[in-house]
Amino acid sequence: MSDRLFGLVTIAVALAFIVSASQLQTSMLSDPVGSKTFPYLVGGVAALSGLVMILRPDPEPLWPRGLTWLNLAIALAALIGYAYALKPFGFLAPTAACAAILSFQISGRPVVAILTGIGLSIGLFILFKYALGLGLVPLPPMSAPEAPTPA
Amino acid sequence: MEILSNLALGFSVALSPYTLFLAVIGCFLGTIIGALPGLGPSNGVAILIPLAFSLGLDATAALVLMTSVYYGAMYGGRISSILLNIPGDEPALMTTLDGYPMAKKGRAGDALVISGVASFVGAFLATIGLMLLAPILARVAYLFGPAEYFALYLLAFCTLGGIASNNQAKAAIAACLGLGIAMIGLDNTTGMPRFTGGNLHLMDGVDFLVAIVGLFAVSEIFLFIESHGKNTAIGVKLEKITIPVKDIVGSTWTMLRSTLIGFFAGVLPGAGASLGSFLAYMGEKAVSKDKDTFGTGNPRGVAAPEAGNNAAAGGALVPMLTLGVPGSGTTAVLLALLMTLNITPGPTLFAERPEVVWGLIASLLIANFVLLFMNVPMVKLFVRVLTVPAWVLLPMVTMISFVGIYSLSGSYFDLLLMVAFGVLGYVCRKIDVPTVPIILGILLGNHMEDSLRRAMVISGGDWTFLFSSAISVGLWIAAIAGFVAPMFLRKFLKPPKPVET
Repeated sequence: MSDRLFGLVTIAVALAFIVSASQLQTSMLSDPVGSKTFPYLVGGVAALSGLVMILRPDPEPLWPRGLTWLNLAIALAALIGYAYALKPFGFLAPTAACAAILSFQISGRPVVAILTGIGLSIGLFILFKYALGLGLVPLPPMSAPEAPTPA
Repeated sequence: MEILSNLALGFSVALSPYTLFLAVIGCFLGTIIGALPGLGPSNGVAILIPLAFSLGLDATAALVLMTSVYYGAMYGGRISSILLNIPGDEPALMTTLDGYPMAKKGRAGDALVISGVASFVGAFLATIGLMLLAPILARVAYLFGPAEYFALYLLAFCTLGGIASNNQAKAAIAACLGLGIAMIGLDNTTGMPRFTGGNLHLMDGVDFLVAIVGLFAVSEIFLFIESHGKNTAIGVKLEKITIPVKDIVGSTWTMLRSTLIGFFAGVLPGAGASLGSFLAYMGEKAVSKDKDTFGTGNPRGVAAPEAGNNAAAGGALVPMLTLGVPGSGTTAVLLALLMTLNITPGPTLFAERPEVVWGLIASLLIANFVLLFMNVPMVKLFVRVLTVPAWVLLPMVTMISFVGIYSLSGSYFDLLLMVAFGVLGYVCRKIDVPTVPIILGILLGNHMEDSLRRAMVISGGDWTFLFSSAISVGLWIAAIAGFVAPMFLRKFLKPPKPVET
């Protein structure tokens, strides 16, 4: 079932990729192949392979059950939150929080997890800042947020 | 003679105190990375690349550091195979077959020493093999035009997909996914954006380091949460280490044979160290007189896969350096490092940047001696590393991954992309879609498309040009064979079941 589903998703993505490639504007200076041909080839092979997966699926893998999904979802949310928090809140607090949440999802022991989070946050900060000399900001900036840096 | 003068140049680079220091640090970190279950050479090297890059190391220094980590991880992988029956990395799987039974008989120390020496023999001789073979292959590579390169890239995807995965369709999907991701961003030829969805962050394309760290390192955290960290053992004990001279002398030929097999398995694009250790073990079992003692703690069953996988690690550097086509997941990561450092691997690398190539080879020779010392007399230190619990290790690896990627660009978008690749990596690993072809696709996609388009410019749009030289026809045949043959050979290529814990 998983393989059939994955095959379907692959075919859908591959077709979307091909359609998107067909919309590409060609410039005046084009070469014999152009910008569309290679994406067509890639999309075509992917769609074909997706079809093979639907027709000849492997045995069903062992998916996690019940509460484990919740553990995984919490971990994912923590990682996404961490990605957003790192810049506005500095290194120390978000790292401690995220590390503690991840640690708790693995061990299930709250006190150990909190200690792990705090320890990792301080330890890694010292390592990165002083041993490796990376320019990390430890705490949220006190004044108005700095001007956005160009991406 | 030319090799000697090149080597002298290499040692003049490698013997500087700073480079030596980096090699020792790299070996140390690498052995730890290899020893820890769940942190193999690919993801270990992957999370360290952004850090090495943001430290502002120059090309040679960064390359020496990371290849020392790579060799170190190949050595270290055996430690948890032997002590815990859990391979520290995928190629060390074969070492569990006889290593763990030896440990259960109370010969863990002997197994560690024998496998350490075997790793040294394999890696050292393979580095010499690299030194001899790479310049020759680099000369052949001068004959390669765009059509040949296109066929070569295809060969890499086909053999990797054919040999290293269980299902051809899934390997092909993985490769296409990587190639498709590589298409995102500006078209090299026309300068027009493709598949960016109007997102400015995607104009420069997807940074392959973001993809690598996400697929290899972040996905690991999800797998560990799923298993609740059961795959770690606390309280490993090891008796006094002695040197089992008799066993080492008795397996001399085993090590040499396995080195040869492993080296050539490593040179094949796409095959890599797992195949090297597998073939070395099966080959040794086939020629040995006491076949039935394999799997019950035969010292030669420990020596063979370790010599094989370390030789393959050296062999895999040959196609990576001379042709820019990696032979394994970890060399794909090393290729990413070279590309980040603006070094283009290929024949011109040997002519234009000899100090990089030969400095690298010389430091690998030195690194092997450092690693032999670390992995035989000092092995107890690394055994202690195994007692780090998963609930400290995994958050730490994740935080290091984030800081590494963040220090490269300072953009939250890259971090989100990395998490997305982590989820993708988790799903792929659950349903047995290999992740290495995805990486290879992202790394090689633009080169592959460029060589196709340049070939067509040369021929004026005549597609038969792709098959017009003997080299390219040979590569096409090898590619098709590499993709199709494993379907029939799969029955024989299954590793024997490891003993129950």
